[in-house]
Amino acid sequence: MKIALFAPCFVDQLYPGVAVAALRVLERLGIDVDVPGGAACCGQAAANAGFERDGHRALRCVVDAFEGYERVVVLSGSCAAHLRTHAFAVGPSGVRVAERTTEFCAFLHDEIGLDAVASLGATCSQRVAVHIGCHALRNLGLARPSEIQRPAFDKVRALLGTARGISFAELTRSDECCGFGGTFAVLEPAISAKMGRDRLRDYRAGGAEMIVSTDPSCLMHLGGIARRAGIGLPMRHVAEILAGEAR
Amino acid sequence: MTTPATRRLPVVEGAGPIDHAAAAALFIADEDRADWHDRALWYVRAKRDVAAAAVPEWEALRDLASAIKEHTLSRLDDYLIQFEAHATANGARVHWARDAEEHNQIVLDILVGRGARRLVKSKSMLTEECGLNPYLESHGIEVVDTDLGERIVQLRHEPPSHIVMPAIHLKKEEVGDTFHEHLGTAAGLSDPVELTAAARAHLRDRFLAADAALSGVNFAVAESGAIVVCTNEGNADLGTALAPVHVASLGIEKVIPRHDDLAVFLRLLARSATGQTLTVYTSHMLAPREGQELHIVLVDNGRTVQLARKEFWRSLKCIRCGACINTCPVYRRSGGHSYGSTVPGPIGSVLTPGIDLERYAALPFASTLCGSCTAVCPVKVDLDGQLYAWRQHVTAAGYLSASKVAVIKTSAQVLGRPWLFRALGAVGRSALRILPARLTRMGAGVWARSRDLPHVPPRSFHAWYRANRVRTRQP
Repeated sequence: MKIALFAPCFVDQLYPGVAVAALRVLERLGIDVDVPGGAACCGQAAANAGFERDGHRALRCVVDAFEGYERVVVLSGSCAAHLRTHAFAVGPSGVRVAERTTEFCAFLHDEIGLDAVASLGATCSQRVAVHIGCHALRNLGLARPSEIQRPAFDKVRALLGTARGISFAELTRSDECCGFGGTFAVLEPAISAKMGRDRLRDYRAGGAEMIVSTDPSCLMHLGGIARRAGIGLPMRHVAEILAGEAR
Repeated sequence: MTTPATRRLPVVEGAGPIDHAAAAALFIADEDRADWHDRALWYVRAKRDVAAAAVPEWEALRDLASAIKEHTLSRLDDYLIQFEAHATANGARVHWARDAEEHNQIVLDILVGRGARRLVKSKSMLTEECGLNPYLESHGIEVVDTDLGERIVQLRHEPPSHIVMPAIHLKKEEVGDTFHEHLGTAAGLSDPVELTAAARAHLRDRFLAADAALSGVNFAVAESGAIVVCTNEGNADLGTALAPVHVASLGIEKVIPRHDDLAVFLRLLARSATGQTLTVYTSHMLAPREGQELHIVLVDNGRTVQLARKEFWRSLKCIRCGACINTCPVYRRSGGHSYGSTVPGPIGSVLTPGIDLERYAALPFASTLCGSCTAVCPVKVDLDGQLYAWRQHVTAAGYLSASKVAVIKTSAQVLGRPWLFRALGAVGRSALRILPARLTRMGAGVWARSRDLPHVPPRSFHAWYRANRVRTRQP
């Protein structure tokens, strides 16, 4: 199986370490992985801001770049969700790419399996707060959302649980939004920052020594608030834990 | 001196566009109070979770409720006519109101026709939507809201801040001060039991003196013509049992086909709303009692327009439980008045733009699109999807401010050209690394008011990839 790794625009520019870690994880698992050069951004930010059509040029680039791959593995739950939900808008190739698009953790959990992931032999001696992005949670189904009355599951914790020595911080609100929300962060700055501060308070009350997420965008927001407040709480993507780059 | 009694939460006033972000910032400026409000609403959400978890078939009930509502909406005209025929046969008089104005006129005509001067109302968000109280008062009718929360905000001349808990924005001390001012209770009284007793005594006199009672309606059953009213205080029952005239106002989307369907909705409604298994009173009213008049006013007020909208008709499935409001992380921190709309929160933000897109253009943006609303909704309204869709309409109509449009459009242009994006990205990253933090903070504007910018890496992932991996060919 030939897969494409998609590091969305802000991951490419601001979090290259996350993408390198993810690439190393996939390579060590023996997966044939490519990083096509033509894709930059899925257009989600523009679309969520109400400019869906202006985002179509970006979306078209992504679809063209990824059309030949059996799987598109995205390093952001919200970008993956956007591709899955909206790529159809650029035509039949968009529909095909949407069907083949998945998020990094979902791909590892559902298609590679926990045994293989455990063979990576990651270690992490920290108490970790797991932050699953809202679209990864409710749109892609990476865990059972707290509103839904079905048996609980959490694919991200399952993946992280393969790391030796890891423990998890329990939260009073297991899956409250961190307040990033793309353009929401700049259109409603007061509420956005307040939500972030509240999230950090919950994580710290649960004894978290590190926040680990599916979504670098949430970490950009939470990290920015933490640094401004002088809180030294490391924030990592799941890939960095599995690659053994954060202990 | 500002006392808690006169301290007002920000209310969005005037006829111009609602600035939710500004109202929210004002609400949040008192962070302790915002935290208190957030915790109060989260407590209700948590109670809902416990109540829902106790029903093994909860998700199946949601599916069923959604299907029943979609079916009903798909032939709403048939069911409304069925309802009218049965209600009329039972002895009710059914009125049709095209809009708020017609509704208010019909209610006034009924009251004037009976010489009624004193009206007791049980909670009806529809009459709030129609602005009934000020209309009747301007025609010399005394209107008393008898739901405790509604009475509190009525005495304070405030709109409700929530559709199920209208005074949820107020602390008990503020209620005590309001009652001291209007009901003559002792100064400083804040014990909820004593305050409730005072309200009860005050309202009892109004119930006994009323010439007419108006109630809202939770469900109207087409097969029988019955109306069902759910309350916790029994005020709808007392009002309608005592007064010689009962006016029931309902939006046309409240009709359901059969009594059997009630079994689905009643199991969902109170659990979703407050975490109760049922409301304390579930009153089924079929016909006027001997000597009483029962008037049922069916109100459109924009609902058929919403029904005709392909993207938004499903919002009419809403049963007004308020669960999406309680769970909304934005509502909990911005307060109900920040929406400037009778129905706040996610459901308000999909219903209200359909009535006046320019005025309520900001509301679809008052959300992170986290989707908790959609997941909690007992009738599965795809609220975050509809918020997304409204955003497209707001920008197409040109209601987003020019500066915001410029920022978003420029980034879309750049991001749509990978080579340009990478070139600019390199420049941007260098600037962020070289410039002093204070300068970049200014440059990053709103983002950096409350957050630091990320540490900037020396090169992008694509640059690293080109340097470290050779397999960059297309497959």
